Amino acid sequence: MEANKTYPDPSAIREELVQKYPAKVAKKRTKSIIINDPETVPEVQANVRTVPGIITQRGCSYAGCKGVVLGPTRDIVNITHGPIGCSFYSWLTRRNQTKPETDADANFITYCFSTDMQEENIVFGGEKKLKVAIQEAYDLFHPKSIAIFSTCPVGLIGDDVHAAAREMKEKLGDCNVFGFSCEGYRGVSQSAGHHIANNGVFKHMVGRNNEKKEGKFRLNLLGEYNIGGDAFEIERIFKKCGITLVSSFSGNSTVGQLENAHMADLNVIMCHRSINYMGEMMETKYGIPWMKINFVGAESSAKSLRRIAQYFGDEGLKAKVEEVIAEELPKVKAVIDEIRPRTEGKTAMLFVGGSRAHHYQDLFTELGMTTVAAGYEFAHRDDYEGREVLPGIKIDADSKNIEELKVEADPELYKPRKSEAELEALKAEGLEINGYEGMMKQMMKKSLVVDDISHYESEKLIEIYKPDIFCAGIKEKYVVQKMGVPLKQLHSYDYGGPYTGFEGAVNFYRDIDRMVNNPVWKLIKAPWETAAGENDGVLEATYAEA
Amino acid sequence: MLLRHTTSEVKEREGLTINPAKTCQPIGAMYAALGIHGCLPHSHGSQGCCAYHRSTLTRHYKEPVMAATSSFTEGASVFGGQANLLAAIDTIFSVYDPDIIAVHSTCLSETIGDDLQQITRKALDDGKIPEGKYVIYASTPSFIGSHVTGYANMVAGMASQFAVSTGEKKDQVNLVAGWMEPSDMRELKRISKEMGAKIVLFPDTSDVLDAPQTGKHVFYPKGGVTVPELKSTGDSKFTLALGCISAEPAAIALDKKCSVPFETVDMPIGLSATDRFIMALSKAAGVKVPDSITAERGRLVDVMTDMEQYFHGKKVALFGDPDQLIPLTEFLLDLGMKPRHIVSGTPGGRFDKRMKEILERAPGANFKNGLNADMFLLHQWIKNEPVDLLIGNTYGKYIARDEDIPFVRFGFPILDRIGHSYFPSVGYSGGLRIVEKILGVLMDRQDMTANEEKFELVM
Repeated sequence: MEANKTYPDPSAIREELVQKYPAKVAKKRTKSIIINDPETVPEVQANVRTVPGIITQRGCSYAGCKGVVLGPTRDIVNITHGPIGCSFYSWLTRRNQTKPETDADANFITYCFSTDMQEENIVFGGEKKLKVAIQEAYDLFHPKSIAIFSTCPVGLIGDDVHAAAREMKEKLGDCNVFGFSCEGYRGVSQSAGHHIANNGVFKHMVGRNNEKKEGKFRLNLLGEYNIGGDAFEIERIFKKCGITLVSSFSGNSTVGQLENAHMADLNVIMCHRSINYMGEMMETKYGIPWMKINFVGAESSAKSLRRIAQYFGDEGLKAKVEEVIAEELPKVKAVIDEIRPRTEGKTAMLFVGGSRAHHYQDLFTELGMTTVAAGYEFAHRDDYEGREVLPGIKIDADSKNIEELKVEADPELYKPRKSEAELEALKAEGLEINGYEGMMKQMMKKSLVVDDISHYESEKLIEIYKPDIFCAGIKEKYVVQKMGVPLKQLHSYDYGGPYTGFEGAVNFYRDIDRMVNNPVWKLIKAPWETAAGENDGVLEATYAEA
Repeated sequence: MLLRHTTSEVKEREGLTINPAKTCQPIGAMYAALGIHGCLPHSHGSQGCCAYHRSTLTRHYKEPVMAATSSFTEGASVFGGQANLLAAIDTIFSVYDPDIIAVHSTCLSETIGDDLQQITRKALDDGKIPEGKYVIYASTPSFIGSHVTGYANMVAGMASQFAVSTGEKKDQVNLVAGWMEPSDMRELKRISKEMGAKIVLFPDTSDVLDAPQTGKHVFYPKGGVTVPELKSTGDSKFTLALGCISAEPAAIALDKKCSVPFETVDMPIGLSATDRFIMALSKAAGVKVPDSITAERGRLVDVMTDMEQYFHGKKVALFGDPDQLIPLTEFLLDLGMKPRHIVSGTPGGRFDKRMKEILERAPGANFKNGLNADMFLLHQWIKNEPVDLLIGNTYGKYIARDEDIPFVRFGFPILDRIGHSYFPSVGYSGGLRIVEKILGVLMDRQDMTANEEKFELVM
């Protein structure tokens, strides 16, 4: 932490955060509030149930499956099987941008499809209505694929969406129909839905098209959803470097791309939490290694490009990557030089998602800002502590309910892209393959790590630390801003972005500069409410009261 | 082409809803509950519902929307959610200390058959509800009705669970607000004050969902109808329900429990509906309509006469919630416009009946509500008979852009503009705002498309 700032003892803060809870709740929450030590990373309680009554940031399995993973693929008709709400709320609210190549190409992202289940469907079953809906969708749109998403009541009344999908797939002939059991009550957060989505995409889509795309360096980008055009910027950079993007899971993607993904030679993973399953399964079945990369942050983008070049081991690619970095970084540096004097030394907190709370710390570091506390909304221990803890994670009842696919090497298509020896050699060079070190090793000693932070805890943290910026989602935004602290949404980017790559980094620097230095924060108190001499000390005065 | 797959051929659909013009009950219940002072809404189901509802309300109001959830996982779904709700009540009173918890069900808790009345009774018997605090509930299964029904159910719950009849009548009128904006509720209070009518308005989200920026987050903002006010509704001399779908059930509940007579009038949107509201309030409260209100009316009519040429004969498509669409359609007719296509996803025979009556003045207009009355159908109708103006919530912007139609945002949710929560749409001044918005987009269109020699400075 900054030498010129002093904070209370982190253990005292932890006490403060839980003291208002009933005893049992306090005991449970304490295990999720950790004082970081990057050297000997302590254990974090994560991916466990949220206490009923707690105001949580979390959503549900359906949101993770339909909303996050399947939503961004433009030419799938995604039908939500359930009452109207779930499909309505996941309609265009995640900013998954997509760019069909021609006006004739399919794009269903702007549409919302639901079976709008009524009471009679709950009582007598909804499968019949679902099959009618699939037929109607097919007749109207003739899509390549139709996916069905189960909502809470569907699981309870026992509608078999998978059987309905199989039957309709057979009947329609040229349309791939498949279902997801992603009822909202499964698991403890969106995370369960990601896992269910990965399984479904792997079973029903990947591996259907064996055409080999041209290009020497062919990879898939996993866990990038093209919020605010993030994928567009990464696509731009790959193109410039001569890297072929076979498919992107699933931002700005098509059914065809996903079906062809197994022909790539490398998987790079952006969001570890939402899609690490896919990386592992593709390695086992097809022999494609995966690598955790990060295109959030200019330095991170450069590093990720170098790692990709190192993996392919091609001198031409290495040189090209260096050329691109040399061309891109000066533009970024010029902006940093301008902005950093205004952001240097400021503090940030990030409580979002399952990888974003880690990635965006890189951008703050580039701005000279310190992350004093961070945590994930729906991550697992490996996202915090690194994948080496995986064998030690006990599978609880809530995770056991999610199908674990038995994946084996494909008799025809399995082909190790790198031999054991080559992989060992790369690892010896320091290239992390099939690994992820987690968030905590990067965070400062004594910073706070809080999993599944509650509204109450975040308000307390703001009172104690008075951060210059707080990063979370829409539900938190106006609460935090009412406290006089700007909130940057890291799910929707407050409708800015992109924030990936080099151009994205510049966008982020400018946005943060605008937010933390915005004159409006000093105008909150009316002049007649402020005693003489306190005009520029609004926040301090407010917190002193608290 | 954002909606490139929408064709003009209209085919009957039975299974598939495309681009719905409604959403589910619990979000309406959550919104209504925020209109009680010191109340924390609570969603009894899995977390996703609560997260979605809070997100949508937050995006619409750009204000904190606080609500808790029972956080069901699979176990609760199998064994019932009683333990979750009891634990939640404990946690909420210790941590967030509300005066009231307003619980609503979801399709999950309804499907497994959780009985909110029984569980809240048990919470009371087990001593989980502190002295002077309350837990109320509403049953809001998502597979019945729509967000409007959910609102109506929670408001009816407020009436039936709080109202007390002491036997001593009070000189006050209950105003049951149908689903409207905080700005509208504030305007209703202003009008009543102007008329000298003593009212209890419920729910009342003004000063809750339009709270000022003070540098301090107030968990329970100063607005909202209070418990003593809600209790007193049982002693009121009359109830005026504003909206037959979203407000009348509460009036019926009050009549049943405390024998408070009631009348249902349309939500006061536009000239004629506001006239009827003013007369009904004048009669119910026993007050004369003051000159100031007549003058407000006169100013609205003045603008309508001054600008009539710009409205005359213009075709309009609209979608949204029934209690708003009914008076809005009537207002468009008063302006000389032609409502052509109208959909409301909210089911119910009352909408059909009222629309038929109103649309006698507009032969050939299409209207539909309930199942498959969605925006895909509306868009198809528009393709078959184009319109000059589209009115509806934010989701209409896709149709407006594709078909190049001037667009006025009205209803819920509005995710991409502000103003709805600050400037009223009800009353005569609300009518003025609607007229101004319609004129704004129509005249902008004329300005941008007129030939240069026809371009007008004065309009």
